[in-house]
Amino acid sequence: MSRASKGTAQGQVDGGRDLRIGNVTKRFGSFVAVDDLSLTVPSGSFFALLGPSGCGKTTTLRMVAGLEEPSEGSILIGDQDVTFAKPYRRPVNTVFQSYALFPHLDIFENVAFGLRRRGSKEVKKQVDDALELVELGGFAKRKPAQLSGGQQQRVALARAIVNNPAVLLLDEPLGALDLKLRRQMQIELKRIQTEVGLTFVHVTHDQEEAMTMADTIAVMNNGRIEQLGNPEELYESPTTTFVANFLGQSNLIRSSVTGTSGTDVQLEVHGGRLAMPQSRRNGATDDLLIGVRPEKIRISPTGQDANAEQNELLGGVVTDASFTGVSTQYLVRMPWGQELMVFAQNVGVGGVLAPGTQVDLRWDPAHTFALDGSLDAGAGVQRDEGATPVPVG
Amino acid sequence: MSTATASSRNGRTSGQRLSRWLSTNAIRIYAVIGFAYLFVPVAYTFAYSFNNSGKSNLNWRGFTLEKWSNPCGAPDVCTALGNSLKIGLIATVVATVLGTMIAFALARHRFRGRTATNLTIFLPMATPEVVLGASLLALFLNAGINPGFWTIVIAHVMFCISFVVVTVKARLAGLDPRLEQAAMDLYANEAQTFRRVTLPLVAPGIMAGALLAFSLSFDDFIITNFNSGDVNTFPKFVWVSSLRGIPAQANVIASAMFFIALFTVLFAQLVAGRRRKAT
Amino acid sequence: MTVAAGIGLGERQAGAGAPPPAVTERRSRRKLTPYLLLVPGMAWLAIFFIAPIVTLLSTSTQTRPEGAEIGVFTQTFRFANYLDALEGYGPEFGRSFLYALLATVLALAISYPLAYAIAFKAGRWRNLLLVLVVAPFFVSFLLRTVAWKQILADDAWVADLLRALSVIGPQTHIINSAPAVVIGITYNFLPFMILPIYASLERVDPRLMEAAGDLYSSALTTFRKVTIPLSMPGIVAGTLLTFIPAAGDYVNSALLGNKDTTMVGNVIDSRFLRVVDYPTAAVLSVTLMASILVLVGFYIRRAGTEELV
Repeated sequence: MSRASKGTAQGQVDGGRDLRIGNVTKRFGSFVAVDDLSLTVPSGSFFALLGPSGCGKTTTLRMVAGLEEPSEGSILIGDQDVTFAKPYRRPVNTVFQSYALFPHLDIFENVAFGLRRRGSKEVKKQVDDALELVELGGFAKRKPAQLSGGQQQRVALARAIVNNPAVLLLDEPLGALDLKLRRQMQIELKRIQTEVGLTFVHVTHDQEEAMTMADTIAVMNNGRIEQLGNPEELYESPTTTFVANFLGQSNLIRSSVTGTSGTDVQLEVHGGRLAMPQSRRNGATDDLLIGVRPEKIRISPTGQDANAEQNELLGGVVTDASFTGVSTQYLVRMPWGQELMVFAQNVGVGGVLAPGTQVDLRWDPAHTFALDGSLDAGAGVQRDEGATPVPVG
Repeated sequence: MSTATASSRNGRTSGQRLSRWLSTNAIRIYAVIGFAYLFVPVAYTFAYSFNNSGKSNLNWRGFTLEKWSNPCGAPDVCTALGNSLKIGLIATVVATVLGTMIAFALARHRFRGRTATNLTIFLPMATPEVVLGASLLALFLNAGINPGFWTIVIAHVMFCISFVVVTVKARLAGLDPRLEQAAMDLYANEAQTFRRVTLPLVAPGIMAGALLAFSLSFDDFIITNFNSGDVNTFPKFVWVSSLRGIPAQANVIASAMFFIALFTVLFAQLVAGRRRKAT
Repeated sequence: MTVAAGIGLGERQAGAGAPPPAVTERRSRRKLTPYLLLVPGMAWLAIFFIAPIVTLLSTSTQTRPEGAEIGVFTQTFRFANYLDALEGYGPEFGRSFLYALLATVLALAISYPLAYAIAFKAGRWRNLLLVLVVAPFFVSFLLRTVAWKQILADDAWVADLLRALSVIGPQTHIINSAPAVVIGITYNFLPFMILPIYASLERVDPRLMEAAGDLYSSALTTFRKVTIPLSMPGIVAGTLLTFIPAAGDYVNSALLGNKDTTMVGNVIDSRFLRVVDYPTAAVLSVTLMASILVLVGFYIRRAGTEELV
């Protein structure tokens, strides 16, 4: 029976196997884990669901996999409604967090598991190909416990890919690996996805991981999608403070609109005047939070590098400077008390400004974005990730 | 002066060395004594299987292999052994199946009456055997059932179930639920998931439960004594004959069982160790 | 077949929303599964464990009508049976609990160092030693007790040695005495003590003890403040698994004791099987079980581990 429905699913390959999540809500008791979520993942794309723990991303993934049932809404793969289909009746495979490899089966049998359940022909060739794809050709006879974390991760991937699913789900697949291996696997995953052309839906809380691999990212918070777009859009033009803070870091400063000139908006910030493109303004009211990424700001001792074309904030004092090699990260206390973050590329030699130095900050008006002033400026700040929060003045 | 200091220092060091050796090895010395305590009665049982005994086997009368060459030589001893093995096997199979089912229900499902179930599993383990045996006999007598082979089986299944449940449940609790989810994700339906993933992974727990059940059943005397009627089991045979003298054949059988069990376990460990090393 | 049905599809069901009929049907089937799994085993326990205990309760207040045959009793709700029995057999109760307590303490004293040595000092011999520790119990427990009868006999080497060392007088017997009974009980239930303690010690990360040492704790303090608390579940389980059967035992008393070491188990056995005085046997059984349960309940609460089953 499962084979039959499987067949139809695969027959629809060319008819589009987009994953469509329609108005899905999932409640656990009174807790709403996923709140009226709608999403279309185009066939063949590398899609990331990004968000902090508890944002509903894993629950969404489990509903697609069939491991949870939605309280409301529907899930479609191509034209097949799989909302309440059993996990084994849907063309979806999952790479589980911590891999869930079968400890009693060797690597070959782990990868062959899905093929055998579906009575597939040429199991050996397909498994060998899949293992070759993840560069584990010689490991077929080993048991999972004899492999390293990275190798287990590859087996889990091969075990899912070999079934040629319409959608491949990855649940924090790199979470258990160390930093170096994680970077390596990010590139590897991207290569494999391009090579096999399957739809990947990748759940992660690591913004860098999502940006490295995904074509499209949906940033989730409190069971809803905050913003959806490609990594560059999300980074350069966040539409909410949550996205601005969760993806990279942002300096968010309270300001009010004083007028417009041409395509620019004129702003007043704690006595200073700034400009920004009208096109990058989100929020209709005059009360705005303007944002600028730390690496877009140039820092220079007071009085130097004046430039009328640039946005300027004067009178800052360096409170902290940490040299990280590639760049130096400064915290600069502004006259109104807010500390702003500045990343300066180490292009020269011996240019680190000591704490206490009086400085001016400048940046291109085009690099400014604006958000609705009623939003919580601290939303999405990753306090436990080692990042310094940027308080708002 | 200096030599005196040196020698006294030397003296102290050797004394210290002894006390340090004692304190670091105290636990090992203790362990050796502990093992001796454990094995003295076994050694007696084994040694007296070679005793050229008459009616009673309490005093040493000289060495003989006669009892080993003819283990069934004493009246009834092999019948009793056969009954014990038969009862042990049947009770083990039934208790393992029933206990495993309960363990699955407890570990995998939420249902009303969970606390009552847990309590009912716990109570037989917290009840002295003499109470279990006496109460069951009272039930059989009230119901007009004559105790015999099957009442022993019933009693053994009853007290083995709890031990199987506890053993299997512990194994199930250590089983990552994601493995079963992964199987279903890989197109295995419920039955296939159970057969291909759950069962093989829980099998060691079920096996352990079954072994525990068999050894409890095989060695049970108190409950059996209440519910056996005229049927003889090996422990009951030993008890009854202890009044007028236990034949050395009982020691032969007990020693043989001891070595069979010991070598089976050691062999299993060796194989497991080899497999671990080879891979 | 239905065993795996509940897997994965979380046990937390959505509280609201109108699920399609297919889902409702599936859910109700899933709700039935645990009961199907429970029924055979629980029915067995209900019929052959709970019903007998109820029968026992009922028997305990019965009396033998005047002039009736042996073994015929009628229900007269004579609760005074309890007073009579406890008055008559108080010392036996006292002995049962005293011997069981002594045996439990002794078994703990023997088992803990052994389990500790196997868990932390045995290295690659660990599995072998674990097998050896259980091995003696592959020998029938009655024969082991008979072996103790031989070991403790008046003319055996233990008694000779103790006499030579003047630990016991020339006329003192070890066999057929209360100490012999306690020694026998202690030995009989050792694996029930060693295995749980070993299991909980094995789970203790040795680095925790190193950490304690690093934090200025002496070896003894480490043992008291780290090792013992971490192995507490094993100690609790072990002492219970030893105490409960020990309190109900009568084999050791019968084989190694004398008429002054009679325990409650002996009385129940003889009242039931030889004297055919079912009500008294029932009263004693009920009282034994109830007092053990009360003790166990107290003990578990004091020890703070309810994770026994």
